[in-house]
Amino acid sequence: MGSHAPAPQPARQAVPQPPTPSPAPPAPARRSDYHEPEMLTGAQAVVRTLERLGVDTVFGLPGGTILPTYDPLLDSEKVNHVLVRHEQGAGHAAEGYAAATGKVGVCIATSGPGATNLVTAIADAHMDSVPIMAITGQQASNMLGTDAFQEADIVGMTMPVTKHSFLVTRAEDIPQAIVSAYLIASTGRPGPVLVDITKDAQASTAPYVWPEEPQLPGYRPVLKPHAKQIREAGRLIAGARRPVFYIGGGVIRAGAEEELLALAEATKIPVVTTLMARGAFPDTHNQHLGMPGMHGTVAAVASFQKADLLIAVGTRFDDRVTGDLSSFAPRAKIIHADIDPAEIGKNRFADVPIVGDAAEVLRQLHIELREHQPEVLETGYEAWWQVLNSWKSTYPLGYEHNSEGLCDPEYVIKRISALTGPEGIYCAGVGQHQMWASQFVTYDRPRSWLNSGGLGTMGYAVPAAMGAKVGEPERQVWAIDGDGCFQMTNQELATCVINKIPIKVAIINNSSLGMVRQWQTLFYDGRYSHSELNTGHNTARVPDFVKLAEAYGALGLRVERNEDVDAAVEQALQVNDRPVVIDFTVPPDAMVWPMVAAGVSNDEIQYARDLRPDFSAEEEEEGQA
Amino acid sequence: MSRHTLSVLVENKPGVLTRFTGLIARRGFNIHSLAVGTTEREELSRITVVVDVGSVALEQVTKQLNKLVNVIKIVELEPEASVRRAHMIFKVRADAAARPQIASAVEMFRGHIVDVGPNTICVEATGERSKLDALRQVLEPFGIKEIVQSGTVAIGRGSKSMTDRAPRV
Repeated sequence: MGSHAPAPQPARQAVPQPPTPSPAPPAPARRSDYHEPEMLTGAQAVVRTLERLGVDTVFGLPGGTILPTYDPLLDSEKVNHVLVRHEQGAGHAAEGYAAATGKVGVCIATSGPGATNLVTAIADAHMDSVPIMAITGQQASNMLGTDAFQEADIVGMTMPVTKHSFLVTRAEDIPQAIVSAYLIASTGRPGPVLVDITKDAQASTAPYVWPEEPQLPGYRPVLKPHAKQIREAGRLIAGARRPVFYIGGGVIRAGAEEELLALAEATKIPVVTTLMARGAFPDTHNQHLGMPGMHGTVAAVASFQKADLLIAVGTRFDDRVTGDLSSFAPRAKIIHADIDPAEIGKNRFADVPIVGDAAEVLRQLHIELREHQPEVLETGYEAWWQVLNSWKSTYPLGYEHNSEGLCDPEYVIKRISALTGPEGIYCAGVGQHQMWASQFVTYDRPRSWLNSGGLGTMGYAVPAAMGAKVGEPERQVWAIDGDGCFQMTNQELATCVINKIPIKVAIINNSSLGMVRQWQTLFYDGRYSHSELNTGHNTARVPDFVKLAEAYGALGLRVERNEDVDAAVEQALQVNDRPVVIDFTVPPDAMVWPMVAAGVSNDEIQYARDLRPDFSAEEEEEGQA
Repeated sequence: MSRHTLSVLVENKPGVLTRFTGLIARRGFNIHSLAVGTTEREELSRITVVVDVGSVALEQVTKQLNKLVNVIKIVELEPEASVRRAHMIFKVRADAAARPQIASAVEMFRGHIVDVGPNTICVEATGERSKLDALRQVLEPFGIKEIVQSGTVAIGRGSKSMTDRAPRV
């Protein structure tokens, strides 16, 4: 027998259990009071299964092949259906709901174009490990493969961007498929799961049997880290002089923020949180260095470059973090912990690979250090902190006021954050507004920052904010959006108005595809090829976002000067019966700094245009060491 | 780059092969040979796939394949610890004069003549890839009109079985 293909050996394999249905299933029936299972249509089985899984909200839009399921959905008292205006909105709303609450987000669409409209959101959830379940109608099983009306092979189409998918052609298979999908979406490394159900499966009748056992012999996520690897990690930490925690979104998905805080405070090791991990560690904590990567803080980026050990947890060494991989963190050994074994060593060799749940890994590491490397807890890393603090104080996040008298985007976002507070939820799509929102909102708790990190989806913010607000109605939810992004999915304002989902939308309106424009400024000689949107100051203002908001029945406001920002934000925070859209007019030339250009070494970080931090003092010191 | 043989136990369900090959393709690996069939357990299929990759890439593709929910187990079969066989059928030009020569060559490779036409014969042979390549070289001068071949199948030597500890489905 050949050897096993190389893979980190798990200590113990956790066999996932089906989620506890809500309400709890009846105790196993004794023979005497055995009941014949109830006969339900497949459509009823879909709704019943969602109810028993505890799903309280689904976002969707009906159409031909999913109509059977929409009929019993009308009668459900437990599942609230939110009718969106575009299926992409349903997908992102499910993502926003999931990212804000930690529960599985559910979206429903019909076959064909309904299903294909979900694809962007599914791909987005796949990249950012968001637990969503997408239920789609499908043509009747005897029509499959005939190019029937609104037939699309959505299972085939989404195979590369789903964690798993099911094509269900028989009513009796529906409960097992939905329960398995829910389980797969929410356990291990979370992700999107698609359940495609043919119309005849929904329409026909079968005994309804709750699946007690998941039939997933090939699905065994490893949650418990291997003790030997933890010991090795402890040894590396004990030998390090310049360690850094490199924290990724996995820490938020795992709910491991308390374990992280405890371990970081016990060791005094500095913490860096990636774009997906903003809020995993409080921004206000003095051990926090900020975000790494292309638009990271100088302290965070430089800490990686000068570190002798990275303790990477729930992160994947994405190219936007590492820049040129060969020169990334050149002196650092790597401890890489992730629940997905395939992420470990994918981009950067890991000296100590650890497969496991982030909370469990951090807890075990803490115990290991306390019991076997207690000197680590005394170290304090004074010399390292001196260097780090000098970077922090020399190169704080900042911005220059514009000379046109318009709003500064950074200022707008800072004020939204200050006036809303740490309990707010802040959503962004992709681009300049996303980077500024990541930099200038103060995140002090997890699940307060929702954005499209991996896929970089324009249009994520408004529907994601809608989903988040439905999931967390007590919290203020802001979509900090760009004028380009907003135009991709703003139709969901109608959904928000009709369903009384009072989100706030702050459009950082620079009248252009801002990040495209920034790159054109920096790398294409200022040739602005098709990046002007004419939505802003001194343009035709098409559309006029204030009028657009009013047309939808939302409150629309326009702010053109910094001194008017507070009043508008405060007014928006007072409105709770409808959405608010604030059109913040900002100059098109504002740029996101610091910046490491794509594919370039992180050593080349620019604090502002053509201004490279001076690391010579530290380099000299290292030479002597 | 080197050649590796992976034996993969999967659930015997529709669409599993698509997931498997799709993943290999989109991660940028080339499949050299592929063979699929059911096993002694009806609910399980076994895929034997031969890929040309370096060791780091092999680890990555193995981990990615392991993430497929329908994949139950992956084992790399080392050449010295496994038996590997492929099947080939050749249609070779053969007039009356060439036939005896071909027959004797086929005999040496323990192949069989499975069809005889007026101007051609069909030859089948089973074996390691290297043996089949050698047979092909021998047949080449006669004029090969058509070749069809199976993917390599492989099994570990010794008493252990890949399905021994596979979970029940």
